[in-house]
Amino acid sequence: MTRKIKYFEALREAQYQCMEADKDVYIMGLGVPDPKGIFGTTTGMQEKFGADRVMDIPLAENTMTGVAIGSALKGMRPILTHQRVDFALLSMEQIINQAAKWHYMFHGLHKIPMVIRMIIGRGWGQGPQHSQSLQSLFAHIPGLKVIMPTTAYDAKGLLISAIEDDNPVISLEYRWLYGISDSVPEEMYRVPIGKARVLEEGKDITIVATSYMTLESLRAREMLQERGVNAEVIDLRTLRPMDTETIINSVKKTGRLVVADTGHKMFGVSAEVLAVVLENTFERLLNKPSRVALPDYPAPTSPALCDDYYPRAGHIAAAALEQLGKAVDDKLFALPTDRRLDQPDSKFEGPF
Amino acid sequence: MSHKKEVTVKLYSIMNRIRTVEEKIAELYPEQEMRCPVHLCIGQEAAEAGSCAALNDDDYVISGHRSHGHYLAKGGDLKAMLAEIYGKETGCAGGKGGSMHLIDLNVGFIGAAPIVGSTIPIGVGVAFASKLKKENRVMMIFLGDGVAEAGVFHESLNLAQLWNLPVIFVCENNLYSVYSPMHVRQPDTRRIVDLAAAHGMDSHYADGNDVEVVYQLTSDAVKKCRNGQGPVFIEFSTYRWREHCGPNFDNDIGYRTEDEYQVWRKRDPVALFRSKLINDYKFDESEIVKIEHDFKDQVNDAVKFAKESPFPDSSNAELHIYA
Ligand SMILES: Cc1ncc(C[n+]2csc(CCOP(=O)(O)OP(=O)(O)O)c2C)c(N)n1
Ligand SMILES: [Mg+2]
Repeated sequence: MTRKIKYFEALREAQYQCMEADKDVYIMGLGVPDPKGIFGTTTGMQEKFGADRVMDIPLAENTMTGVAIGSALKGMRPILTHQRVDFALLSMEQIINQAAKWHYMFHGLHKIPMVIRMIIGRGWGQGPQHSQSLQSLFAHIPGLKVIMPTTAYDAKGLLISAIEDDNPVISLEYRWLYGISDSVPEEMYRVPIGKARVLEEGKDITIVATSYMTLESLRAREMLQERGVNAEVIDLRTLRPMDTETIINSVKKTGRLVVADTGHKMFGVSAEVLAVVLENTFERLLNKPSRVALPDYPAPTSPALCDDYYPRAGHIAAAALEQLGKAVDDKLFALPTDRRLDQPDSKFEGPF
Repeated sequence: MSHKKEVTVKLYSIMNRIRTVEEKIAELYPEQEMRCPVHLCIGQEAAEAGSCAALNDDDYVISGHRSHGHYLAKGGDLKAMLAEIYGKETGCAGGKGGSMHLIDLNVGFIGAAPIVGSTIPIGVGVAFASKLKKENRVMMIFLGDGVAEAGVFHESLNLAQLWNLPVIFVCENNLYSVYSPMHVRQPDTRRIVDLAAAHGMDSHYADGNDVEVVYQLTSDAVKKCRNGQGPVFIEFSTYRWREHCGPNFDNDIGYRTEDEYQVWRKRDPVALFRSKLINDYKFDESEIVKIEHDFKDQVNDAVKFAKESPFPDSSNAELHIYA
């Protein structure tokens, strides 16, 4: 049976069902059993599964990552959580040198089935050290898999796939997605890692997006539709391995590409998607592709400094219109009347 | 005024300063004009005021996410702090940082950053350079109980001791890291202060809600550091009254009890010292009321300043990416 639940509930359900299905799955992280339970994604789990399988941890990100890896060597399936990607940076050594390498450097003798959940993206004045979107750091590393679910449906399906996967999987969850609903089946199901999703078909231009920017892209599509442009919107869903086939096929059809990413532009995911298209279907491009992503400076705190920092649907639509040689109008950049830009947009709502 | 009385007034004034500012923030936060997270330190004023009062103006302080008290106790500019929290151009970091990134180099407040533990080695590094330059300044590094779980804590203590640096580590043990009590994070077979002792460091444990105890211990530590006998580690027991992050009380959500809070509430560091001033030191209450009153006016002025200050131009966000 399918019903509407929120993204955070979908993540909780995925973990819950995996823990019921497999006693080797366990979950740990700062604040996992506390009253807020990682933005509601782990509440009630310690009561259900016990303190041996659902635990709080010391404030020791690097060590706990190593501990998770060690337990994975013994066949456990750890889920390690970080309330911000910025805290996970303390564990980069264990993630990059160890988790990503052990299967390879020991010639396949070891497996590291683990999931590291990290929250990315903006919130109420979170500023330079609490709101980064560092997906490209992880996506750069062979041996890691990197997922970025946008919808609640994909959040559940991808997280289940990640927990069942025999490799280290980094799950990057954008903070503003947590409260958004979608139709989600009650039973366990899997969304394959490494498959993008064509959310809306179109013929004039391809928009490839990650995470929260997918929702902005859907809105951009509506804006474009009003201006006589029919855009195809692809949610990348997984960064590594990347579903290059879906991207290439779409650009072959439309001849135009905009990439919208939640991270920085330079050396970011958007650069990689462009490279894939240029290397594989350059001859089918009708214009130079464009990127909509974060500028090359850290996230400031003051709302006055953030308003121009985060691109919105209008910026995506404008990039598309420019490629098509169409006029870009001011209406695209109209500010919302029901909220300030540092608050989540309650109009983003599934089913998607 | 006698020296003793001068110190007493100073200690009370700083504590009152912190309490008044924090209560003001708590009162105004629901207006939603301070659009950044705030970690209030109400309940911990004695540990912060007493420690900083032992420092000279040109000594250094560095802090983490809960830094308002340290900034104010070190003499940080109040208007610039509130303007920063309001996201204004006149803020101490031009609006780039908010509550979690205070700075006032005029009074040696090197900065604050909310990645737990990360400012500890930076503070050690400042002390290292200061020692090389023979400045005879002391670095006071503030940290919470949670930090003792992090590798960087141990690595920093090891180095500070090895290089004999003029650092005072002030650990405010308020029993919680967010909503996690000590017993799910650290073994009860040792105290945090024992970890410092194990690093061979001169280390002390004391009541962090008694501002005179705090002042005495940190003054001794400052003397040692100035004589080239640093570092020193001090763990103060204390308690945060309000929620980890935000203006409210949260004893009802289940991670700690109202009873526990009430026990600490009775040991209100500001109120305790206030009654001591009157009962033991025979202060005239009107003297104290005047201190409190004057400061209330300053806070109101600072809030007005912060609210009326302009927002930074959005192009300011592109400033200072590189030096
Ligand atoms: C490296 C890192 N991990 C996790 C966090 C999330 N976090 C913010 S404050 C905090 C609690 C720290 O507790 P403590 O050091 O005791 O300071 P207190 O909040 O009690 O003042 C945590 C875990 C963080 N900021 N940085
Ligand atoms: Mg604490």
